[in-house]
Amino acid sequence: MTDGSILSLITFLPLAGALLIAFVRGDEATVARNVRYVALWTTGFTFILSLYIWWKFDPTTADFQFVQETEWLGGSINYHVGVDGISMLFVILTTFLMPACILASWDAIQTRVKEYMIAFLVLETLMIGVFCSLDLVQFYIFFEGGLIPMYLIIGVWGGPRRIYASFKFFLYTLLGSLLMLLAIMAMYWDAGTTDITVLLTHEFPAGMQTWLWLAFFASFAVKMPMWPVHTWLPDAHVEAPTAGSVILAGILLKMGGYGFLRFSLPMFPLASADFAPFVFALSVIAIVYTSLVALVQEDMKKLIAYSSVAHMGFVTMGIFAANQQGVQGSIFQMLSHGWVSGALFLCVGVIYDRLHTREISAYGGLVNRMPLYAVAFLIFTMANVGLPGTSGFVGEFLTLMGTFMVNTWVAALAATGVILSAGYALYLYRRVVFGEIQRDVLKSMKDLNMREALTLAPLIATTLFFGIYPTPIFDITAVSVEHLVANYHAAVEAHQTAMGSGMLTHLASLIGIQ
Amino acid sequence: METAVTTLPAFSPALPEMLLAAGALLLLMYGVFRKHATARDTAYGALALFAIVCGVLIGQSGGRVTTFEGMFVIDGFTKYVKILVLLAAAAAIIMSMNFMEREKIDRFEFPVLIVLATLGMFAMVSANSLIALYLGLELQSLALYVIAAFNRDSTRSTEAGLKYFVLGALSSGMLLYGASMVYGFTGSVDFNVIAHVLEAGANTGVIFGLVFVLAGLTFKISAVPFHMWTPDVYEGAPTPVTAFFAGAPKLAAMALIINLLYGAFPHLLPEWQQIIVFISIASMVLAAFAAIGQNNIKRLMAYSSIGHMGYALVGLAAGTPEGLRGVLIYMTIYVIMNIGVFCCILMMRRQEGMVESIDDLAGLSRHQPLLAFVFAMLMFSLAGIPPLAGFFGKFYVFMAAIQAHLYPLAVIGVLSSVVGAFYYLRIVKVMYFDEPAEAFEPMPGELTAMLTISGIFTMLFFVYPLPIIAGAQSAVAALMP
Repeated sequence: MTDGSILSLITFLPLAGALLIAFVRGDEATVARNVRYVALWTTGFTFILSLYIWWKFDPTTADFQFVQETEWLGGSINYHVGVDGISMLFVILTTFLMPACILASWDAIQTRVKEYMIAFLVLETLMIGVFCSLDLVQFYIFFEGGLIPMYLIIGVWGGPRRIYASFKFFLYTLLGSLLMLLAIMAMYWDAGTTDITVLLTHEFPAGMQTWLWLAFFASFAVKMPMWPVHTWLPDAHVEAPTAGSVILAGILLKMGGYGFLRFSLPMFPLASADFAPFVFALSVIAIVYTSLVALVQEDMKKLIAYSSVAHMGFVTMGIFAANQQGVQGSIFQMLSHGWVSGALFLCVGVIYDRLHTREISAYGGLVNRMPLYAVAFLIFTMANVGLPGTSGFVGEFLTLMGTFMVNTWVAALAATGVILSAGYALYLYRRVVFGEIQRDVLKSMKDLNMREALTLAPLIATTLFFGIYPTPIFDITAVSVEHLVANYHAAVEAHQTAMGSGMLTHLASLIGIQ
Repeated sequence: METAVTTLPAFSPALPEMLLAAGALLLLMYGVFRKHATARDTAYGALALFAIVCGVLIGQSGGRVTTFEGMFVIDGFTKYVKILVLLAAAAAIIMSMNFMEREKIDRFEFPVLIVLATLGMFAMVSANSLIALYLGLELQSLALYVIAAFNRDSTRSTEAGLKYFVLGALSSGMLLYGASMVYGFTGSVDFNVIAHVLEAGANTGVIFGLVFVLAGLTFKISAVPFHMWTPDVYEGAPTPVTAFFAGAPKLAAMALIINLLYGAFPHLLPEWQQIIVFISIASMVLAAFAAIGQNNIKRLMAYSSIGHMGYALVGLAAGTPEGLRGVLIYMTIYVIMNIGVFCCILMMRRQEGMVESIDDLAGLSRHQPLLAFVFAMLMFSLAGIPPLAGFFGKFYVFMAAIQAHLYPLAVIGVLSSVVGAFYYLRIVKVMYFDEPAEAFEPMPGELTAMLTISGIFTMLFFVYPLPIIAGAQSAVAALMP
């Protein structure tokens, strides 16, 4: 196998699995069983294959690796894939979470299993494609194509208000990304190409950068989601099936952060510097406000959804701090939030499958009947709080530190979010797990079964391992981030010097000195 | 110039048109003189004729040739559009075969009328003077008026035909008025001469005439503010006729507008650009909002086609070769998607007959998962969601608009496409999220085949898009060297 085609293989392998599933025939029960196994094997194999790129990855260079390019649309818009230290780990995160999603849907999804698994596998292809794309148009197609399967997943297998939630999800995201599409076109006419590797070195005029930045921001801020365009997220999370929520929180939200890192910061450095205070303000509001909102939620999924918005606030803050600590921290925070929030949704799914309600007040005292579950849920709750020793701590700490170097006040305000997150997360945990069993239905609750334990175990291991020893991740990202940050500051400084000397000559001519 | 009177013009460039005309008459004779001739007989004849004409067209060279005293022109552009028109017309005939038999309006005239309309469209596409333009347009329109009312025992169908006729006559009147003004102020009906005269600048009279001509043509592509007839005619006409209306005539009229604006008025670009921008914005916005309230799927498709014309005009408004290429790519994709959508609509048949309400699609994904899937993908494609074909159509027209710095047009366009996505999504929602209604009857073979082709094109366009993009590119190169 040549290095060039491995990324395409990983990207399109799930699609091949989906095609295979489409041809499974037989009576309903047999089809459902076979389809589940095909989906599990496909995602599992994709994950193993994706570990190969981690193994072969060269962390000493900021260049793109495993690059492949073929002609596609003509006019210098090509099919172009590759990964660097920033995108590679997101590919792994995607392939890592997918088998967990399939396992989580094993018993929970009983109707239209075939279509469900097809939708998930297609979605996986589109998500991996987003992180591998080195061409803007191709990136956009993967980015927005994901709307179709997710719309169907929420709408067909979702909860009672699924139609409202699916429409809101679709239209909100579409609105944001269409503005980005126009910006992509404008970039094409300015730079003559949509090749990301070329655009990274292209200098856009300062005035144009502002508009481009805003258009990209419209898309990524909705996707992240940032306050105040986050309102689709709680709806979508609550109505989506468990695995849908895992994918939403685990990967789809990360596309926003990835977009900021891949496009906004390196391609529009001047605009990014100008808008950084604006992003800081939104981030701090998101962190404090949505944490407070999370405190009063009655629905478990909604609570975790709001906590996701708050955690994404740390990410945007870290990215726009634009220093090594902040950016490294945000990448780590995104990855960690990927598996931690995914796992939290899986935990909610476990008890939802037993009692079919997500009302917090319907539970209580679960520790008495479900000790294993209580332990797993505790670990993820602590990771969500950001307790040292879990992966949640590393990212929050680094983003706060990075921001502190840029703006003390923002960091101080954001730090209150850490306390608030402890508040809502522990409050949730106490109400659901501790206390005496009040209701009779809870007495017959069974602890985690083999499948559920198998789903959660790798996530626990990951959370603790990277909480204690985060170096493998930082080794991968370090060089790419260093390169990104250095270029960013060089561009901003060059502009300031130019502006400064421009001002001086202007002043000089005003006073009449030659 | 006595020799000019006696010399015969070169006929070979117009060979496809002459074949169509002769073929139409032959089919008519066959229908009249053979007892109990059915639409199926003449339909096969018409399809064979189209195949021959298509072969002749492909054989023509792409170079620019004029004949009939410069009134008739062929080049790479007309060739591209004509092949597409043939494709859309053939699709309409194939779609109609089963329908006409089931609805007991199985008369041999129908395919003949479609052939005549196609002949009219060919003349429109190749028109290089105001007179040729009008001749082609009327030939096409007269055939269309008749087939709109083809189900003559149905009040809805006759109403559609009459409405179309009256409003069509009005628009022809406007067009003629405008044409006479253009002639009066430039002294010629030949596009090339008009362009030459206007090189020196234009006075208000010519612009006035241009506005009227454009109004008449806008009626034919059903763009706002001349769209009022569309929903009623689409709803009332028999479904295969609606499918035909939504495809080939739009394409031909669009080609005619391009021919006229770039052939006769290239120097008035700043003037007509404003008009096109306005029409485009109005069409996109009105269609997006008006379609939300519709419950009849044919009416919904009427508003959808109004909107799509708006998007196609975005490319024309750009006034650049890239824009024209965008229009051609857009129209190509639009025509092929439309064939698929109308195949789906033709499948909506229960024991008691055709049903047209969106609610009748409820739960289609349970009974006929494959049909529902293709229908849903066509809807996503019409909404312009990647990676489906519809996205690429929008991509190229907006790309041109951005290049021409028409930012407000582009922004309003994408915003209205978000609103538009809502009503396409609603159909997907009804098919996938709602509880199942009664199943439809099994689908006839020819519809399945057409739907498969259209569906595969829509879904897999992104895999190998180069042929169509390159084809449109070379077609435009013929028009704007």
